[in-house]
Amino acid sequence: MNGFLMSTDRRPMLLMTPALLWLFGLMVVPCLLILVLAFFRRGIYGGIEYTWTFENIALVFDPLYFQIFMKSAGIAGLSAAIACVLGYAAAYAIAAMPRRHQPLLLFFAVLPFWSNYLVRTYAWIVLLNREGLIVNLARWIGYEGELPSMLYTEQAVVIGLVYNYLPFVILSCYAPLSRLSPEIAEASRDLGGSAWTTFRRVTLPMTVPGIATGFVFVFVLSIGNFVTPALLGGGQFQMIGNLVYAQFLTANDWPFGAALSMVLIAVMLGLLMGQAVVAERASGGKRAPDG
Amino acid sequence: MSRHILRNGTGLIALLAAFATPAFADGLTVSNWDGYMAADAIDNFNSETGNTAELVLHATNEEIMGKLIASKGVGYDVVFVSSPFAEVLNNLGLAETLDHAKIPNIGNLYTEATTLSHDPGNTFSLPYAWGTTGLCYRSDLVDTPTSWNDLLKPAESVSGKTTMLATDRWLLAAGQLSLGYSVNETDADKMAEVRDLLIDAKGTLLAYDDTTFYAKLVSGEAELVQAWDGWCNYGIGENADIKYVIPEEGSDLWVDTMVIMKASENKDAAYEFVNYILDADNHRWAAENILYKVPNEAAMSGVDGGLIETFPNMGMAPADMLKFEQLRDVGAAQRDYSRLVSEIKAAN
Repeated sequence: MNGFLMSTDRRPMLLMTPALLWLFGLMVVPCLLILVLAFFRRGIYGGIEYTWTFENIALVFDPLYFQIFMKSAGIAGLSAAIACVLGYAAAYAIAAMPRRHQPLLLFFAVLPFWSNYLVRTYAWIVLLNREGLIVNLARWIGYEGELPSMLYTEQAVVIGLVYNYLPFVILSCYAPLSRLSPEIAEASRDLGGSAWTTFRRVTLPMTVPGIATGFVFVFVLSIGNFVTPALLGGGQFQMIGNLVYAQFLTANDWPFGAALSMVLIAVMLGLLMGQAVVAERASGGKRAPDG
Repeated sequence: MSRHILRNGTGLIALLAAFATPAFADGLTVSNWDGYMAADAIDNFNSETGNTAELVLHATNEEIMGKLIASKGVGYDVVFVSSPFAEVLNNLGLAETLDHAKIPNIGNLYTEATTLSHDPGNTFSLPYAWGTTGLCYRSDLVDTPTSWNDLLKPAESVSGKTTMLATDRWLLAAGQLSLGYSVNETDADKMAEVRDLLIDAKGTLLAYDDTTFYAKLVSGEAELVQAWDGWCNYGIGENADIKYVIPEEGSDLWVDTMVIMKASENKDAAYEFVNYILDADNHRWAAENILYKVPNEAAMSGVDGGLIETFPNMGMAPADMLKFEQLRDVGAAQRDYSRLVSEIKAAN
């Protein structure tokens, strides 16, 4: 460690000020406002009564809403797991390609981000609906039977989430994979490790932070998502994001919506901290030998 | 001490509300649903009266209500909301008590439209459009439905090809009407019955859909959907095999209204605007554009006969519609309604 951050030079502080102000004014303050809101009562017509209460927080743990929480966590977890498997494989393949081709491949991986999230999600409606491209393709090939509707199902929601967030996993796994020195794998093979053993005992453990980052990214973005369940779930699957949305925009129950989002933010913070610990452990372990 | 905290809390929320309220220019601000007026209505109003009205859009009643309640109605002059929400605005003291002398065109309204149960005598709201909620279906693909149960307990061949409205009140109304209850029923046992019926129905649905159900009918993705009559007309316009029917158990009578905000700083222009809309020609133009019935006798009598032939529900007589019960504000029971809908949507 050099003394860069501890120096008396004020420039780092000055450089950080705009970002900190931005973060404070547009992130911390609104979050505090929402936090305070969670402890007020809903007025009979949806306004806010300024009397303190814990009933909104308690209501989050009501079996009905808690079940929706768990269901969202399940869908988000499944999406994150699938995205990690697919994303890791893609990142591994990209990292194994000749260096000069890698930027182009990464560019293709993030290309979907150039279009709007809604447009990308609507594309799945066009693909999956009963009169959609996939069904028509099946008919064209000669399939005669009645196909079940693929759209407006839980699977459609998972597909949408995986598709939309896959690039995050590819990028987060590619970073540690591309940094991995080929000599380490060579050493493993010299010591008699098979390709699979080398992957399982050397490559994979060293890239766990990337996987963890990707998993947490997809999980956090998915659990709070309300667009995909609304569009691909046909409104039949309520995720926690839809519930929060409904409290603010249809039930006009802002205090309960605030309580739900606060609990959601707490869960996400917990996960992000867990992910930071994983990353810290992994990098700490790596750094130890150099002293 | 607690008062002190309370005041600070209020300040914080007021700040939040200030962020939530868009700042508007000096002119008249009208909030309406997208596509619920003729596209040229605002421009015509401005050029004919010399006003500088601006149209802002809301997607749902609840969205505009959230904004109005947070801002105490400041920032808006005329809002279009469904009648139960107009009632709430009145109960909260946010709606202007109407001075009929400033709305000479009020005389164009059907008598039935001046005695509506949510606001007899039009003291705080002016009906803009009205109609029923029933079944919109592909007559070439399904037998003519006659009952709400044709939707809620569909035949095998229709199962998986039906949609219901996603908005709390209308979603529940399908079950309430099917069981013979009032669309404003709040009794817990009866509503539990409604919930169970709707949970069973959910298993047979393609989707809950408020906005694209008619497109699903056109594409054939859905064959039978719960729909507002006017919105069914958009489907009929694209495919003449699409038809609308009111089930034998009945419908609700929904009324969308115009409300002038008490906090408006442009009241004269606001009165001028609602009066402009109620003009026979302008209101007829609205009806012909949005394909919804308007409660304006002078306007409806001018509607092109061909239009009513194509869209038969446009010709429904006011006296027939008045047989149905209006959705009313249910006050504190609204939270129970929201919970029931959450229970239905969370059920497997």
